[in-house]
Formats: sequence, structure tokens, C-alpha cells
Amino acid sequence: MLSKKVESRMIFLILLLLSATVIIFFIFKSLEENVVYFFSPTEIYDKPNISFNKKIRIGGLVKEGSLTNNQALINFIVTDLNNEIMVSYSGLLPNLFSEGKGVVAEGKLKDKKYFIADKILAKHDENYMPPEVSKILEKSN
Amino acid sequence: MFKNFLPSKILSLDNKLINGLLFVMILIVLVGLVYALFISPPDYIQGHSVRIMYVHVPSSFIALGCFGLIGIASILNLIFKIKFVSLMAKSLAPIGCIFSLISIVTGSLWGKPTWGVWWVWDARLTSMAILFLFYLAYIFSWQFVNNYEKANKITSVIGIIGLFNLPVIRYSVDWWNTLHQSSSITLTSAPTIHYTMLVPLIIMFLGMVIYSLIIFLMRYKTELMKLKLDKKNKNN
Repeated sequence: MLSKKVESRMIFLILLLLSATVIIFFIFKSLEENVVYFFSPTEIYDKPNISFNKKIRIGGLVKEGSLTNNQALINFIVTDLNNEIMVSYSGLLPNLFSEGKGVVAEGKLKDKKYFIADKILAKHDENYMPPEVSKILEKSN
Repeated sequence: MFKNFLPSKILSLDNKLINGLLFVMILIVLVGLVYALFISPPDYIQGHSVRIMYVHVPSSFIALGCFGLIGIASILNLIFKIKFVSLMAKSLAPIGCIFSLISIVTGSLWGKPTWGVWWVWDARLTSMAILFLFYLAYIFSWQFVNNYEKANKITSVIGIIGLFNLPVIRYSVDWWNTLHQSSSITLTSAPTIHYTMLVPLIIMFLGMVIYSLIIFLMRYKTELMKLKLDKKNKNN
């Protein structure tokens, strides 16, 4: 049915694709640390050797009721619902930054529970809905 | 369906079909735009900036879809050496390239008011930028490699290597922590976009797919005519 030439090309290509898949998988596996954009508080907590001098990013939810904003200094707690990190920051906050919503902070760890940020990004989730629907959902909860 | 894209069918294609498609496309995009910009509600968190989604998401889908087809065509081309398959892929490339650029630019315009930055090097944004580079490499290889056989081989290899990037783009938001949000539309579960926003999104997607089809048909026909002309010149 298929000519010998076509068949051999097909086998060669399949082998090539399979080996490429394996190679790419291992490259990403070894690069994992660099591919993730931020660490969650739990990942920070479980990390054996953290460098406190290197700039890193942490992310999670802004804990409800934790935000204090006294003029120059903004304090809040980042949580992944298992562990928490206290964050201090002075500067402008993005519009979508608010309690209960996602956040990514860039800066340095003082210790495993305290983080000094010099940049704050707001992270939103994949839910899109009109305000009225969100109000109804909130009421029914 | 594939039979409709055979060279003989495409070469006998008249402007009636293209014009008909053009008319339908303009109608759908107009309805989609009115729905997206005026009728659909603002988002409960993002407000009106959510409207960028109606261009951003369809562009990204088309950019990925085009490269998927290019990759498949490249595999078929290397195995079976059918000439018109690689011409199909060649005709798809500029469409996907432009839509990946639109996706990146609109995403950047969307990122500033929501995240607070134009650009970050997270896995989703970086892999999308790589897709754009793959498109450039693919197009430039056709452009600047003079020998047809050589260009055909090089572009096919680029198309196949680039294929690996597609699942990385798609699942980057699930595999790693990213600033980019997860997918709202998946095959396995209900969309997390309210239907008042999902409907204009689907309409816009449909319009942009028809637009892509029109550009593809025009380019593909031109490529086939060039091929025919080359053959004629060789015979004379």
C-alpha cells in the first residue's frame, strides 16, 4: 500500500518526534524553578534553601481584613489558604488590587514569613460575569 | 471536506465565493462588535476593560490553530512530499503571524489596566512570544531561501518543532504559576464566562475565522497560480 520510502520516512519522523517530546519534557522539568512566575506561601515554606538576597516573586490571595494602608506604608497578608506571608510595600497599587483577590508581589524575603515588596501586580481569575450576577452569587452564599 | 482544498478546486474558485464570504464576515463582525462593545455588560471586577477579550481571545485561538495546521501539513509534507500541502501551510503562516501579534498587543493593552504592567515574562506570555518568533522564522525561510526544495524542507522542520510549543502555550497556565489567568473555555468543563459575554465572544470568533478563511483562500490560490506559471516557464 505505502511505498517503502514513505514508510521509512514515517518511522523516522515518529521516532524523532517521540525523542523530541522526551527531551523537551526533561528540559522543562529541570527549568521548573525558572519557569514558574511566582511562589506560593506554601512553596516558600517548604523550600529548603532560600536566598534572602535574591529578588523573587510570591503570589496568592490578599487575606480578607489584613490590608492596612497608613499613608506611606501598605501592609497586607498573602495567603494560599494553607500558609501566609506578611507583605510590606510603599508605592502605587494596581486598580484591581483588593482584599480577597489574587496578587503577585516582587521583592525580597526578610524571613519565611515577612516579605518586602517593591512591585505589586494584581492577578485576576478566569471568571467573567456582569456585576449583577456577582451580587446575586454573593447573596446566595 | 479536504477535497475542497485540492488545487483543481481552488484554481476554479471564482470571486463570487470570496465576495459572498466577505459579505457574511462583515455582517458577523459588525453584529459581534455591537454586541461586544455596547450590549454585553462590564465585568464585575475589571469593568469595561474586559471588552478587550473579544478581540484578544479569538486572535489567540486563530494564532494557535493556524500553527497547528501548519505543523500537521509539515509532517504530511515530509512523509508524502505532496506539493500543495506545503503551499497550504505557506498560505496560512501570515494569517497566524498577524493574529499572534494582535494577541500579544491586545494582551499587553489589557494587562496594563488589570495587572498593572504591560508585559511580564511568565510562562504564558513567553510561550506566546515564542510562537510569534516561530511564525517569523517560518515566513522568512520561505522568503529568503531561494531553492524551493530547500525552503520546503527547512520550513517543514520549523513547523514540526513549533508544534511542540502549542501544548506548552495551552497548558502553561495549568502547569506553572503564571500571572496570566487560567483558561475560561475548556473541553472538559463548562465555560467560566457568563453567557452575556460568551455569546459576543463566539460571534467575534466566528467572524475572525471567516476572515482568516478568506485570506487563506486568496493566498492559496495565488500560490497555486505561481506554481502553474513556473511549470509552464520550465516547459517552454
